[in-house]
Amino acid sequence: MTLLAVERMKLFSTRSPWWCSLIALALTVGFGALMAGTANTETPLTVAATQFGYTFGLVVIMVMAALAITTEYRFGTIRATFLAVPNRGKALLAKTAVVAILAGVLGELAAFGSWGIGKLIKPASDLALNTPYEWRAVAGVGLVYAVAAVIAVAVGVLVRHSAGAIALLLVYVQLVENLVSLIPRIGNDIHRWMPFTMSAKFITGDPDVTLRNINEGPPLADAGLSPWPALLYFAGFAVVMMVIALAVANRRDA
Amino acid sequence: MRATIGRMIEASGLTKHYGRTVAVDNLSFTVSEGRVTGFLGPNGAGKSTTMRMILGLDRPTSGDVRIDGEHYRDLRQPLRTVGALLDAKWVHPNRSARAHLSWLATSNKLPGTAVDEVLDLVGLTSVARKNAGGFSLGMSQRLGIAAALLGDPKVLLFDEPVNGLDPEGILWIRRFMHRLAEEGRTVFVSSHLLSEMSQTAQDLVVIGRGKLIYQGTVGDFIAHATENSVLVRSPELGRLAEVLSAEGAKLSQDGDGLQVSGMDSAEVGELAAAARITLHELSNHAGSLEQAFIQLTGGTVEYQAATEEGPTA
Repeated sequence: MTLLAVERMKLFSTRSPWWCSLIALALTVGFGALMAGTANTETPLTVAATQFGYTFGLVVIMVMAALAITTEYRFGTIRATFLAVPNRGKALLAKTAVVAILAGVLGELAAFGSWGIGKLIKPASDLALNTPYEWRAVAGVGLVYAVAAVIAVAVGVLVRHSAGAIALLLVYVQLVENLVSLIPRIGNDIHRWMPFTMSAKFITGDPDVTLRNINEGPPLADAGLSPWPALLYFAGFAVVMMVIALAVANRRDA
Repeated sequence: MRATIGRMIEASGLTKHYGRTVAVDNLSFTVSEGRVTGFLGPNGAGKSTTMRMILGLDRPTSGDVRIDGEHYRDLRQPLRTVGALLDAKWVHPNRSARAHLSWLATSNKLPGTAVDEVLDLVGLTSVARKNAGGFSLGMSQRLGIAAALLGDPKVLLFDEPVNGLDPEGILWIRRFMHRLAEEGRTVFVSSHLLSEMSQTAQDLVVIGRGKLIYQGTVGDFIAHATENSVLVRSPELGRLAEVLSAEGAKLSQDGDGLQVSGMDSAEVGELAAAARITLHELSNHAGSLEQAFIQLTGGTVEYQAATEEGPTA
């Protein structure tokens, strides 16, 4: 608990987490408002459609999470941290936990904010959350943000440089996972099992997604698992990344 | 494992390789409790690497170093035992001095009052809420010292604390070191400046190219490394020379006097008195710390200027 308090103090006594949080919320809720504003009788506003902006917020959250650790390397405060807390695993896990909790809370704020602004702008549309799918589409965003933040911290620990870590994360999330499917024959099969595809499946998957127009929500995922196992798969990937990161940080000279 | 009484820091066979570069080479030394020990060596000799290994930041390639009998990494609340200032820049520039000290204090369960106390101690109370990024080097150094003192530790490590400071800052640090020593703390302070060490330290650990060159007191270091000589002048110089050389002193003519080495002034004086020789001058010529340092580390300077004739090893 002490270490969680320490990492919370560190995170909120600098400016970048505040800015990233604001940007993440503004992007997602802004997109929700945009979707609500442009909805009409042909493409009515749905619960899924209000969450269109969640992937933009996801990217900002990952930048925030990566910065939370890479700035420590940049300014040498990681060494001050390891001097105060020589158990590096504990120190880094505490940081990861605090960043993940913040990401989760922001995810819920962003999702329910987007949903709420949709209801505000189009009070007539059916935005009731009455199926597991609809609950996942909104409340699930926080879970995905939290897990993604863990991945971003792990990459930050491994890469240590802000620009490098952020570039790697963005290129991976935005390009690599999608471009993989262009590989002949096996590309699609690989794509189905990639972690962020899995996270998208959790948000957008099931029940019968083929009925849905692309405008009615975030792009659909063709992941190889059903939603909840897909989230577990995504979380498992984060755990593996974190274990590698901790092992490296423990061995490496600080 | 309990430390041998009086030995606060014990390094044995400490070695660190960076690729093919050997930064620290089989280094063994001890730092005594309650004394100020200077850690001396030319730039690039491996002082900072050694300090980082003492503090568990860098992993030794081989060898071992303990503080009060324990590895730093095994200390539960290390700030209560060891305070360190390795680099004053290890502060987030957008974090206030107070916030920086607060998270450090919390991490070792130190009371919030400790933060105010150390801020007051180093004279930063008035700028405590300002971001550390705007601090001058001297202020950053004070903040670093405040951080080192947070847990009221009995061991303090400072890496080149006066480097780049203005004379006022140097004087402040020097006085501060004396004060810490008077409080009975163990202080291990590195420097490449000998004059600085002669002002501050009682003991010395001298290294060059990662190897131990000398360990002992400052006084012994000078005596050990320099030719101490005695200058005598006398109206009966010839007879005096005979008496002294009979007792094994080495002599050399110096103007109208004699430089005597291998014998201290007391012995020279007593011999002269016994032989009833009048002396007009009897004075010690102590070698300077700088001379001693260059003499000892001359062969081990990492980056020697190629155009100059290097000092003889």
